[in-house]
Amino acid sequence: MIHTENLTKRFGAVLAVDQLSLDIQEGEVFGFLGPNGAGKTTTVRMLTALISPSGGSASVLDYRLGVQDMEIRRHVGILTETPGLYDNLSAEYNLEIYAHLYEVKRPREQVEKYLKMLGLWDRRHDEVGTFSKGMRQKLAIARALLHEPRLLFLDEPTAALDPEAARLVRDFIEDLRKEGRTIFLCTHNLDEADRLCDRIGVFKTRLLIVDTPSRLRSQVFGRKVVFHLRQADESLRAQVAAMTFVHEAILVDHRLLITLDDPEMHNPEIVRLLVSQGAEIQFIGELRHSLEDVYLQLVRNA
Amino acid sequence: MNKIKTILKKEWAEVFKNRMVLFSVLFMPLLFTALPLIFLYTTRDVGMSEGSAELPAQFTRICSPELSSSACFQVFMAYQMMLLFMMMPLIIPVNIAAYSIVGEKTTRSLEPLLATPITTLELVAGKNLAASIPAVLATWIGFTIYLVGAWLIVRNPAVMKALADPMWLLAVIVVGPLLAILSTNFSIMISSRVNDPRVAEQLSAVVVLPLLAVFFGQFAGLFFLNSLIILWTAIVLLLIDGGMLSLAIRLFERENILTRWK
Repeated sequence: MIHTENLTKRFGAVLAVDQLSLDIQEGEVFGFLGPNGAGKTTTVRMLTALISPSGGSASVLDYRLGVQDMEIRRHVGILTETPGLYDNLSAEYNLEIYAHLYEVKRPREQVEKYLKMLGLWDRRHDEVGTFSKGMRQKLAIARALLHEPRLLFLDEPTAALDPEAARLVRDFIEDLRKEGRTIFLCTHNLDEADRLCDRIGVFKTRLLIVDTPSRLRSQVFGRKVVFHLRQADESLRAQVAAMTFVHEAILVDHRLLITLDDPEMHNPEIVRLLVSQGAEIQFIGELRHSLEDVYLQLVRNA
Repeated sequence: MNKIKTILKKEWAEVFKNRMVLFSVLFMPLLFTALPLIFLYTTRDVGMSEGSAELPAQFTRICSPELSSSACFQVFMAYQMMLLFMMMPLIIPVNIAAYSIVGEKTTRSLEPLLATPITTLELVAGKNLAASIPAVLATWIGFTIYLVGAWLIVRNPAVMKALADPMWLLAVIVVGPLLAILSTNFSIMISSRVNDPRVAEQLSAVVVLPLLAVFFGQFAGLFFLNSLIILWTAIVLLLIDGGMLSLAIRLFERENILTRWK
């Protein structure tokens, strides 16, 4: 769906995007995380053929960027950072304009379909200027979907929305994912990325890492298992730490925090060792780092 | 063509909800049509019985010898007033075009628009027509009202003949639209480079200066418009309009507009 090789964008002396190489598969929801000014919007603008790259190459939906830009624009959908709606026109007319510009075959039917789908049908004749932020964002999403793009770019879709409106938008993105659409999601909301994305790329001018949310956690922090014991002492910790697959073992009160790569494989061996040493295991759990921890660790180190 | 039509309709739907723009489109034609009629009405009785002597030097170039000096003055002033109908297609589009681009800029609606499969030519042409057509229609309607009003007011047939000279029809019907397109392209070029609609309007208003030079040139008797000048003006404007459209498209840099507009 998207393939980039060393895609680079400079604005004069400022390097906005540095040699981005990326592959996104059909049906994937790809989260693009990064701090403000990291170059996320610039990347989206390049991939939607709004601005041209300074270097590297890319193909979007098998269309070559810089060569078949009009085809790219025709076939992708984009939700821009700000909705950019015509405030003094009705919701229906806002969508009709874009249905015509995207050469939708049955514009009225498509407009009706998405206004109904997003719960805006009853307000279709109202000026968009009277809409709440959530309604405006939903209308902008509808606009991005009118021509039924297989690939959708969503730039901060829930930014500045109240929790209820953000949830509505997230649920809708979930529905789009179920329809099998490929989604390139720029977001600051790490919980949103964790829940919606198949893979996540952490970006700060250059791509720092790409992986699934769970593998990102283990890549950055390793996986930690906590064994709650009735009683524990230093010798027990030292024996566990000596096991070849254990990276680190820390004793905190009666809890043993063990860092290892593959808990599913090695937990039984640890259990056997502890039991053989007379330890009484009360329960075992995995200590999960939030995606926020992962993100902050990566961005700070970048 | 469909996309040009879509942009055109969108512009009209949006722009004419702006009271300032609506005011300028309606008020200026009303004023510019009323002024010459008021002048003709207040001077309607002159030139009916006077002789043809004592014509000021600058009048003699446009007046036939049988016209009295006061009738000739009426024709002379009408010549000046006719320039208002060439000013209309220059000024009206400035308000619409300046609002059209900078308005998109302030509402940030240009990015989703540019993300659609629309060419710069289609976008600029749509915006151009949206600004030019109301100006041309307002001018033509104003001119028609003026001619009908003049026919009702003017009592001297020689004066009426001078006012309905085919030269003015050529000026209003042919040169008017060309001036409107020139003004719109100029405004689009300016407004795609600035951030404030007021600045865009003020800078775009520069386009009216050459016509003011014609106004004062005629007033001082340096020259008078005639059919040949109007014809040449039309030809030159046609060439300039082509060049300006091409320049407006080249200066409408999508990337620059998206990345530099704040």
